[in-house]
Amino acid sequence: MKRFLPLGIFLVLVVFLAVGLGLNPREVPSPLIGKPAPAFQLPQLQEPGRTLGSEELKGKVWMLNVWASWCVACLEEHPILVEFSRRNELPVYGLNYKDKRDDALRWLAKHGNPYTISVRDEDGRVGINYGVYGVPETYVIDRNGLIRYKRIGPVTVQILQEKILPLVRQLQG
Amino acid sequence: MRTIPTALGVLFFMLAGQCVAREAPSSVNDPVLENRVIRLTSELRCLVCQNQSLADSHADLAIDLKDEVRSQMRAGKTDAEIRDYMVARYGDFVLYDPPFKRSTLLLWAGPFALLLLGLLGLAAYVRNRRRRLQQGELPAIDQARAEALLRGQSGSEPR
Repeated sequence: MKRFLPLGIFLVLVVFLAVGLGLNPREVPSPLIGKPAPAFQLPQLQEPGRTLGSEELKGKVWMLNVWASWCVACLEEHPILVEFSRRNELPVYGLNYKDKRDDALRWLAKHGNPYTISVRDEDGRVGINYGVYGVPETYVIDRNGLIRYKRIGPVTVQILQEKILPLVRQLQG
Repeated sequence: MRTIPTALGVLFFMLAGQCVAREAPSSVNDPVLENRVIRLTSELRCLVCQNQSLADSHADLAIDLKDEVRSQMRAGKTDAEIRDYMVARYGDFVLYDPPFKRSTLLLWAGPFALLLLGLLGLAAYVRNRRRRLQQGELPAIDQARAEALLRGQSGSEPR
């Protein structure tokens, strides 16, 4: 019995370390969950003369996806978003974060545009209010304008199906 | 487990994309303000390069946040107000000195709990050992050695 004690301690350590390796240190719980989505009024990417305000989106469930043409990880989730937007389950709005307009338009032309409307957050101030620190980030906002979900990093098919869609259906239901 | 290499790859590109060095423009004409900015931002974590403080980091976001801190200080905000502003957006994780509350209980109390556990274990071991020695219980090897010594001595030294 005594002889196995060090082995037992070792195994416990292995389990702790293995779990620690599997965790993503970038997934910091957001204090914004359950809080009102910060208000914004920003110029639209496609039609720079027009703006979109978060007030206009009250009353519907919507997704906010923070993206940029310089963001490598955005490419990973982009086809998934394009495919998802075709299903018309949830309007996807884009926050084009700290990007140049021409680059952003070229990027959408090349990779497809899943966004109902994209707005331009050129100086990143709206991004700061949303606690953005690792583009891409994705938020689900409910009818009352409360943030119900936040994903830091690329959205995967698994996350979409297991987390986002059930939540959206519940919110829309 | 297959997700780990992918996650590492993604992490690499996220960092590679954003941790590109760029000098922070500082307000050289106001060293008092700049000192205050540096003092406060060195208590705040840069969430892009997580093991650097905002003061040390040259990530784009860190520079923006330093500018934000600077302009809020110019607007007369106190350090506590600016700290609250950061926590409201990024959570307690931005603080290098997180507050003591339920979610950070393990963080603050954990090392002391482990120390206490170790001390209890040590005390139990010592008590157990002393009791066994007092009862004359010796490990088998010690017993054999003692007996051999006694036999050897009894042969050479008559009592």
